[in-house]
Amino acid sequence: MKRDPQSENPATAAIAQQGGVPATVGEPFVAEPKMSVRGANVFYGEKQAIFDVSLDIADREVLAMIGPSGCGKSTFLRCLNRMNDTIEGCRVEGRFTLDGEDIYDPRMDVVELRARVGMVFQKPNPFPKSIYDNVAYGPRLHGLVNHRSELDELVEQSLRRAGLWDEVKDRLHQPATGLSGGQQQRLCIARCIAISPEVILMDEPCSALDPIATAKIEELISELAENYAIAIVTHSMQQAARVSHRTAYFHLGRLVEVNATDRVFTAPEHELTEAYITGRIG
Amino acid sequence: MDKLQLDQHISKQFDADLEDLKSRMLEMGGLVERQVADALRAVEAGDSELALKVLENETAVDRLEVSIDEEATLLIARRQPAASDLRMVMAVSRCVRDLERVGDEAKKIAKMAIQLSEEGGAPKGCVEVRHMGQQVQQMLARSLDAFARFDAEAALAVLPEDRKVDLDFKSAIRELVTYMMEDPRSISRVLNVLWTLKAVERIGDHAKNICEQVVYLVRGRDIRHTEITS
Repeated sequence: MKRDPQSENPATAAIAQQGGVPATVGEPFVAEPKMSVRGANVFYGEKQAIFDVSLDIADREVLAMIGPSGCGKSTFLRCLNRMNDTIEGCRVEGRFTLDGEDIYDPRMDVVELRARVGMVFQKPNPFPKSIYDNVAYGPRLHGLVNHRSELDELVEQSLRRAGLWDEVKDRLHQPATGLSGGQQQRLCIARCIAISPEVILMDEPCSALDPIATAKIEELISELAENYAIAIVTHSMQQAARVSHRTAYFHLGRLVEVNATDRVFTAPEHELTEAYITGRIG
Repeated sequence: MDKLQLDQHISKQFDADLEDLKSRMLEMGGLVERQVADALRAVEAGDSELALKVLENETAVDRLEVSIDEEATLLIARRQPAASDLRMVMAVSRCVRDLERVGDEAKKIAKMAIQLSEEGGAPKGCVEVRHMGQQVQQMLARSLDAFARFDAEAALAVLPEDRKVDLDFKSAIRELVTYMMEDPRSISRVLNVLWTLKAVERIGDHAKNICEQVVYLVRGRDIRHTEITS
């Protein structure tokens, strides 16, 4: 992956000629952003997936990103901890900052970045290890603890925060793959928070879960928002409405609208948002 | 956004459900309008038969309220409507309640009509009943029309009418009080006229509420208990 903020892109130029990328309506910016993105363009080879997106994520807020398949919401999310680095032919332009620090700066340590900006994926992906080792993996890797007792405490604390402790405390050393889907996802969240991230990115964290497991994760998201900034991509509009403070609507790679979630689901500002929310485009 | 489209959902059934909800509410509106017109005519003409018909039809209005509200609840449960669809369901549910209350007021007027006709003769204050009656009937018709066309402008234009009705009501009270002081024997009959006028005035309030729901539905702004008029 290459990144070249100065590059003049033909697709962007073409849109500029057609009267420019339509400005995002609503309130994409916040007073004290935890993460901040300005002028993001993302390309897969020749194809542009994201067009001039600017957006802030505040600390201790849940930002939901919604939109039809292929609208670029997951691509955008993956830029926030440089997960797109691993994709061949993917090129990211624009300024992405975490606490004002450019995360695409060549001096930025990507491993450290991903510790600060954790990610939870669509399908629960526990390591083929014990429950305990799944959570202990990150702290060990990053050298966060010195003693076994500290590690025990951290594992317990993380599992408690993920709402999983009571269900697994008696079988910490059994394989994580023996857990149910919902438990596995909460384990992944515990693994993510064990290394004390500042931001948690969630890419459709409930799409493989049943309604009860989903409700537990949603409950957890609300609790986690007391300590972390959370950006969540979801296909479930009800989920976005339930868990998030602000909602961003993406359409064909563009950020159409960002507004308070209460507003977006009752009286959205942009007609594309309205059409998507009410099930007129999909 | 000042235009509203309730069709073109991916689910055609959803389109149909919303359309049905709206048309049933308007159907109820039509029935209630007729109830008000009949009740007022019964007062004016001293026609107790017509008044009895109004009392009979009242149950039909009540049944419509319950069944439309149930339809709205089911639609929420099945579709989880959002944005304009959600506002549509909420607005219908609220308007149906107002319409049912308009029906109640029509019933009160019809009861007064029966009493007044039993007492015989055109009582004082009939002019006011006719005048205010026409005003609120127009308000009601215009509010339902604005709903049918999703026309927020038209709905807002009705709001000042309610203030006129309120002023007319106040001045009618002053006049009726004078009658009662002049001729204490007329008190019970004039009181009946006064209750009728009060019922008419309330119909104006409900028409105003429906207009506020049209603005909410179309523009997504709740103007209840505000001074917003444009």
